[in-house]
Amino acid sequence: MSFLPLGFLAASGAAAGDYESIATVTVGSGGSSSISFSSIPSTYKHLQIRGIAKGTVASAALLTGFNGDTASNYNDHYIEGNGSSVVAGYDATSAIIAYGTIAPTAATSVFTATVIDILDYANTNKYKTTRALTGYDSNGSGYMDLNSGLWRSTAAISSITLSPTSGNFAQYTQYALYGIKE
Amino acid sequence: MPSTYEPIATTTLSSTASSYTFTSIPSTYTDLILVASAANTSGSHDSILIQVGNGSIDTGNNYSRTRILWNGSSRSSASRSSAPNIDYDSMPPSSTNSYCVSVIQFQNYANTNVYKSLLIRNSNDQDYSVASIALWRSTSAINQIKIAGSATSFSIGTTFTLYGIKVA
Repeated sequence: MSFLPLGFLAASGAAAGDYESIATVTVGSGGSSSISFSSIPSTYKHLQIRGIAKGTVASAALLTGFNGDTASNYNDHYIEGNGSSVVAGYDATSAIIAYGTIAPTAATSVFTATVIDILDYANTNKYKTTRALTGYDSNGSGYMDLNSGLWRSTAAISSITLSPTSGNFAQYTQYALYGIKE
Repeated sequence: MPSTYEPIATTTLSSTASSYTFTSIPSTYTDLILVASAANTSGSHDSILIQVGNGSIDTGNNYSRTRILWNGSSRSSASRSSAPNIDYDSMPPSSTNSYCVSVIQFQNYANTNVYKSLLIRNSNDQDYSVASIALWRSTSAINQIKIAGSATSFSIGTTFTLYGIKVA
């Protein structure tokens, strides 16, 4: 069996324990300013974050940081379509990785869907590269994003924090962390 | 720890078919992933259509999507609203011996508090590649998924596999 990021699995099926749920966080009625995964074991080969999110404001992006690092040790590239135009961009030496737009509070029952792959997350010889597919559609507006990110650290990732650029995560926002074994 | 990424159903077409439907999808997973390798029976490229439902396939104008589409020379973004299905490009003719590869992620497909979002990636080097976010405006759990060619049939050898991902 082989496993490729973003959920492409050989039709032969997964062996027991190849793809494991590590932790899941669901936001309650009070909302939440961030979602964190901590004490991540270093025993997997890759990590994947899957989730849905809604914000409490009209416009916010999804941000991700590792190991509590809030210094300018991140970069990201993105391509984004909004239903009428495509833009591409690059965030150099930023304090966090940005992954697309969170569904706004006004879009009833609409949530942004996100899949983030973090490859070789525990390898202490490499900076950490991420890949994300994220977007929301609210029947007449929306955003579709493909992103790549870099955390310029060789430390093994032991914690991940997700947060919106403004406002909070709304109720029913949910992120799940999975570990993928060799 | 038990596997949380499980195959639910798979098929390889031994004869051409205008569509394929997964039914009786259990609600016990968190996300679904549909992996398709498809080609069509015509002499040109065609779009692929997705419809979903609970108990029966929803054929109403309850679907929409926002996409990025690109080939070797151009890129574009387009949206489609209040549509009877979710469409994405493109599926090559089987005469090219190329099959497009689609990965369609149904996030929180059984969550009755949210509309259902689909993340779609399709690769077809013969024509276009696409990344799309689609919406089914219903809070019902998805227990049926129908995939079809827009104007053609799927060719022999087309495969569809449905996986379930379950949080612990």
